[in-house]
Amino acid sequence: MAQQLRARLAARALQDPFMIGIQTGGVWVAQQLYRELQLPAQLGTLNINFYRDDFTRIGVHPMVTPTQLQERVNDRDIILVDDVLYTGRTVRAALNEIFDYGRPASVTLAVLVDRGCRELPIQADVVGVSVALAAGEQIKLNGPQPLTLEITKT
Amino acid sequence: MNHHRRLQLTKDGRLRHFIAIEGLPRAILMSILDTAEGFTSVANQSVKKVPLLRGKTIVNLFFESSTRTRTTFEVAAKRLSADVINFNISTSSASKGESLLDTLRNLEAMQTDMFVVRHDASGAAHFIAQQVAPHVSVINAGDGCHAHPTQAMLDMFTIRRHFGEFAPLNVAIVGDLLHSRVARSQIHALTTLQVNEVRVIGPKTLIPKGIDQMGVHVYHDMRAGLRDVDVVIMLRLQRERMHGAFIPSEHEYFQSYGLTPERLAYAKPHAIVMHPGPINRGVEIDSAVADGAQSVILEQVTNGIAVRMAVMALTMGSYAAQGEA
Repeated sequence: MAQQLRARLAARALQDPFMIGIQTGGVWVAQQLYRELQLPAQLGTLNINFYRDDFTRIGVHPMVTPTQLQERVNDRDIILVDDVLYTGRTVRAALNEIFDYGRPASVTLAVLVDRGCRELPIQADVVGVSVALAAGEQIKLNGPQPLTLEITKT
Repeated sequence: MNHHRRLQLTKDGRLRHFIAIEGLPRAILMSILDTAEGFTSVANQSVKKVPLLRGKTIVNLFFESSTRTRTTFEVAAKRLSADVINFNISTSSASKGESLLDTLRNLEAMQTDMFVVRHDASGAAHFIAQQVAPHVSVINAGDGCHAHPTQAMLDMFTIRRHFGEFAPLNVAIVGDLLHSRVARSQIHALTTLQVNEVRVIGPKTLIPKGIDQMGVHVYHDMRAGLRDVDVVIMLRLQRERMHGAFIPSEHEYFQSYGLTPERLAYAKPHAIVMHPGPINRGVEIDSAVADGAQSVILEQVTNGIAVRMAVMALTMGSYAAQGEA
């Protein structure tokens, strides 16, 4: 995944990208990628809780850690990292939140797992692994030490 | 108290109205503090808004004047993308003789989703919460001498941000306890969050009888009361609520109970000084303390926005979640 991402950064000549992980699992994946790539900019974290589209159905989940974007977003090349790409709704929420901090030059999406079943027109640029799950199966990243993927049946 | 608890929580235990701290479980108070922590980052955005309450209408119903509280409620609602209507009694039909209930019904007919209520009569917000439609939430922004729960929660938030935990802390509340709805809410919050000790300090005339039954220790002397305290909460001397001779004069009050740098030195060196505002300089607090390094009075105002956002988001979200269940 880090190699793919490095190749993509080189191909597009992205000099000083700002990596942002989506809480909670996306931050764990981002921390590993960030170490591998040795990026100069600080690692940001995103709490998308207040940008979700299901507030009118399920309300808010109290979540202690606020969004931390220490770096400038305006005109910046962003690498957005999440653990599992599924419906695409989390990424939609994350993009909206990022745009409330500024207008990025570009956003590259990197995910550890793409499990398909999109409900929005969103695709990842870098994918660690693609999996096809049977109906009723869920995939979840456990962490932070060690990071393990778990498939459960409901 | 049970009647508060029943009114404030949904059947599945979520916060529906926020009328008083009394009767709420520790877990609810912690969820308010945790949610507020998440909202602190909104102030760093170039667009200082989250879309959570888009399309919702919030009415600030203020029957009593207020600057800080009304403004921070308004800022909080706007940062949640809600539409806010400010309704002040002096400019409304209530001065033309309309009853509280009629006013309420009319505002409800305008598809209001939340009322933020301040009233000089104790129990006003509770009364309104009993009358509103099931999807409407009510937040108490101060009722008479009874309660001011969002102020107490922003104080708890400020304390947690400084110390990280509640268990080891000794907290002193100083001054006019008798007229203070803030103090009553703070005492309930501090005991629910299980701080080590809550003390109240003030002249006999301004400490309500039987207050020790709320789980606090009573002191009438600043030196003894402030010893080994981590948090000093000063209260405003509420002259407008005093009908009679409670204190000889403001000057004498300051001589006995004013917080000066010398008196603050009795507390622990890392102690913080809080005040719900507006402050009376030279009456309950010396300017050197109010503007000093240990004062967190302006932080309290800033924290009030995140805490009020949290209370609004949680109460409005509870009806949504209820519909799902």
